[in-house]
Amino acid sequence: MSKTIGVLALQGAYSKHREMLAACGAQTVEVRAPQDLSGIGALVLPGGESTTMSRLLLRWELIEPIQNLTAQGMPIFGTCAGLILLADRLAEWNALPRIGGLDLTAVRNAYGRQIESFEAGLEINIPEAAEFAEHAFNGIFIRAPKILADSLGGNVEVLAVFEKNPVLVRQGNIIAAAFHPELSGDCRLHNWFVRGLQSGFFRGAR
Amino acid sequence: MSEDIIDWSSHQTSTWKTKIGLAEMLKGGVIMDVVTPDHAKIAEDAGAAAVMALERVPADIRANGGVSRMSDPKMIKGIQKAVSIPVMAKCRIGHFMEARILEALGVDFIDESEVLSPADDQYHVDKSKFKVPFVCGCRDLGEALRRIGEGASMIRTKGEAGTGDVIEAVRHMRTLMDGIRALTVMPRDQLMSAARNLKAPYDLVVEVARIGRLPVPNFSAGGVATPADAALMMHLGAESVFVGSGIFKSGNPAKRAKAIVEAVTHYNDAAKLAAISEDLGEPMVGIGCDELSEDKKLASRGW
Repeated sequence: MSKTIGVLALQGAYSKHREMLAACGAQTVEVRAPQDLSGIGALVLPGGESTTMSRLLLRWELIEPIQNLTAQGMPIFGTCAGLILLADRLAEWNALPRIGGLDLTAVRNAYGRQIESFEAGLEINIPEAAEFAEHAFNGIFIRAPKILADSLGGNVEVLAVFEKNPVLVRQGNIIAAAFHPELSGDCRLHNWFVRGLQSGFFRGAR
Repeated sequence: MSEDIIDWSSHQTSTWKTKIGLAEMLKGGVIMDVVTPDHAKIAEDAGAAAVMALERVPADIRANGGVSRMSDPKMIKGIQKAVSIPVMAKCRIGHFMEARILEALGVDFIDESEVLSPADDQYHVDKSKFKVPFVCGCRDLGEALRRIGEGASMIRTKGEAGTGDVIEAVRHMRTLMDGIRALTVMPRDQLMSAARNLKAPYDLVVEVARIGRLPVPNFSAGGVATPADAALMMHLGAESVFVGSGIFKSGNPAKRAKAIVEAVTHYNDAAKLAAISEDLGEPMVGIGCDELSEDKKLASRGW
């Protein structure tokens, strides 16, 4: 299995994810068309505008190939807009074409406009990754989505919570964050993802 | 170690990181000028990463003349209601009360813009005092760093708005990037005189020399009218493009808007750009920048 990580590069903060992953020793490639998916072992969906990414996913016929890879167990990690694209249900704009796979309901721009964007310390609880217990993770929330706490399917693990709402979740090989680890300067989440890919940890985990 | 331990008792809103963060999220996207909620919907459906709400597109501001000011709050609110993507609005250079009003309206980004009539010929807005992030225009590295020094969290090269002629956008982007490249190869002991020559804050000059780019996202504006123009600006160093009159002054705005969005994603793929550029209808007519006398150039507003 390839260790190269694809980063969806239709729009948004894809360069920041590539910088982070490179700092963790991972090979990355930008994904803009279906042929870019061949040869990747994992995929990152960056933050940006979910409506823009949705339209371009549709336009370049990327939704189905990504769904197929995810169904086969390919690890996929979405942040902010990436979380929206992975959510099975949206409280509003549920018709937005997207990838899905996470059994939960998300609310777009749930904290309000840009002046309500914020930073907050997060306690991340991942049993196999002791480094998260050392100190808080600086969560940067920008026009961020919310995951509704009572919407989670039985296979969704909550790895971090902020003000009662899950902000980092995992369902087998699918991981999503409401915040932007790629902007935090803290490599721990990317490192964990890269380690999980290299050890095959995420594959068939559920 | 002490820097690593963050004792956040509650969340902190509108930090520098969240301001720059929104600019990061707009990268690889297109920010479109819109004058009505209907335009805003067309822009959103086409895949715009954000819209700029204003009463007249720059081409009409240029044609109509007179004093050009901040838009009517009612019009801005209508556009905020119509779309879910970020909504930007323009204030006049130095008009910090227009900026305060736009902040109170909850716009997501303020453009302190040379497209409107300047309110102050000496001072720009002190942007560090605001919760809302600002974008400002520049023609070269010194101007970019002065605006960042005042607190701008995004820079766009000015180009020449409302012309549909890309030459000034190219000139400003090349000048900016040349300025950055020159700093990266300069010995450290020459950076203070570089700062003096650029009329820019020394610490920002040192930062640019170290990282080889602006410390905030760098977008392009002023004259982009076609997918090829957008791709050209991306190759020259832009991380996103603003398109003003180029879309809604063209024959088929919805089609052209989609095409420019796609061109920004695939700026490196000429075969895709060829397909994207096909059959878009009439582009905006435009005005050659060389036909404009110096006093008609908006880019010379601000310093």
